[in-house]
Amino acid sequence: MIKTYAEINQKIAAGKAVVLTAEEVIDYVDKRGLEAAAKEVDVVTTATFGPMCSSGCFLNFGHSTPKMRISEAWINDVSAYCGVAAVDVYMGATQLRHNDPANMYYPGEFRYGGGHVIEDLVAGKKLQLFGLSYGTDDYPRREIRTLFDINDLNQAIMVNPRNCYQNYNVAINTSDKRIHTYLGILKARMRNMTYSSAGQLSPLLNDPFYETIGVGTSIWLAGARGMVYAQGTQHCSLVERGADGVPVEGAGTLALTGNMKEMLPEFVRGASFKGYGVSLALGVGIPIPILNPEILRRTTVRDRDIMACVIDYSVDYPEKTGKVLARYNYEQLRSGEVELDGKKVPVTSLSSYNKALRICDLLKAEIEGGRFLLSEPSQRLPLNQGMKPLNITGPAR
Amino acid sequence: MITKKIYLYFPKSETEKPIVYRLVKEFDLIVNIFRAKVTPEEEGYLSLEVTGSQENIDQAYAFLGGFDVVIQAGSKSVRWDEGRCAQCGACVVHCPTQALSIVDRKTRAIAFCEDNCVECLACVAACPFGACSSAF
Ligand code: SF4
Ligand code: SF4
Repeated sequence: MIKTYAEINQKIAAGKAVVLTAEEVIDYVDKRGLEAAAKEVDVVTTATFGPMCSSGCFLNFGHSTPKMRISEAWINDVSAYCGVAAVDVYMGATQLRHNDPANMYYPGEFRYGGGHVIEDLVAGKKLQLFGLSYGTDDYPRREIRTLFDINDLNQAIMVNPRNCYQNYNVAINTSDKRIHTYLGILKARMRNMTYSSAGQLSPLLNDPFYETIGVGTSIWLAGARGMVYAQGTQHCSLVERGADGVPVEGAGTLALTGNMKEMLPEFVRGASFKGYGVSLALGVGIPIPILNPEILRRTTVRDRDIMACVIDYSVDYPEKTGKVLARYNYEQLRSGEVELDGKKVPVTSLSSYNKALRICDLLKAEIEGGRFLLSEPSQRLPLNQGMKPLNITGPAR
Repeated sequence: MITKKIYLYFPKSETEKPIVYRLVKEFDLIVNIFRAKVTPEEEGYLSLEVTGSQENIDQAYAFLGGFDVVIQAGSKSVRWDEGRCAQCGACVVHCPTQALSIVDRKTRAIAFCEDNCVECLACVAACPFGACSSAF
């Protein structure tokens, strides 16, 4: 039994598509059996909500009178990259606010930065643009200060080089000192662990070999109709894989884009990691078309089938030793406590399962309502690709 | 006997006065102080719980009203903003009293139980989304 994208889209357009979330599909296939279920189910919705640092947006301001070729710009005091064109800038999620003391008084608080600018834009708030220029014959203005909101912009397009890590590390701290990381605060002597994955709901864990999610796939990006525009940076598919090809570490990633004017504020949230910096938490939903029983079977992956590696963020992560302290599956991690070296260690998440579930449901409703059609990828993500380190070369100084 | 949470802001002019002592002595209240802070400008903040009869508590409020003190009755000085909470759960392990906890294992929803909060402020540092905040 094989379905095509076109057949599934016809059913969606007719309001007749059978759509299940990545959670619902598990029991459904258990009850109905794989072959029967593959005939019945057309789409499975997957999702994730969590901090995704490699995010940002291109903004176009339009031209002032007289015109200005902005060469340096700050939005709410957060610097934006201006090496594009006259009034195009890129705001990165992890950019700190001007004069943020960072970790000068450790651990820094990082209350506001690029991620928060992006959140405020989507929330429709008024922001301040301050720009400088050296002035040219055709763009004479040298300075600008004005208030704007997202509706005043010509375009506000989110362009995220790396989102939706297929799987991720579990962080722990074996040292005697509390440490502050992008996976949260880690207490000394292994007194807590944190992870960041939606597990059985996560898009690339439901499609471990990138059979349906590829360049050109239509996605739900914080409520907007977005797409996968490239492999994500650091996409590294050549990794150890467990049962059914599910990777036990980071592995695949996606580069995503979407129109910020269509986004829902609930799913675009600035984040402050004490002692680390700022970031952006994003909600992403990706539909998986059930083209054949094999694809369906992979969407029935459960938390207990997905393993993740515990890495010591006090030594092994910064020093890149590659050492793995232990492995657990997401069912164990989600229980809130695991045992390591005979010690019970509490576990929490940075990724929100609750919001991921909501996104699965929202996307399901859009597809059922005939408002979201699927698109066939124009390119597959690389399957056997490794990742290069940065070697320090050149003449010694 | 009833118990009320309040927190107070004292401007510089009032920080010298033995207000808590008089709450205990004159209004027969049991006072449980969660947190107190005097800033370098010598303003003071105090978060406490008072237990006593309704009548005595009403009189104590009237007494406090006689000072140049800002009274926030009925809540602790730690707030959890449900709208800002991303339901991630990062705070849960840092909260010593389960005031912040997972209340629904299936949907993994987080909720704040103010009664359990001891105002240690651990969640304020641990929450990446600014959902937990302190009035002072
Ligand atoms: S202040 Fe302390 S006790 Fe209160 S909710 Fe936060 S972590 Fe828990
Ligand atoms: S850490 Fe903050 S956002 Fe996450 S569950 Fe706790 S209060 Fe909510």
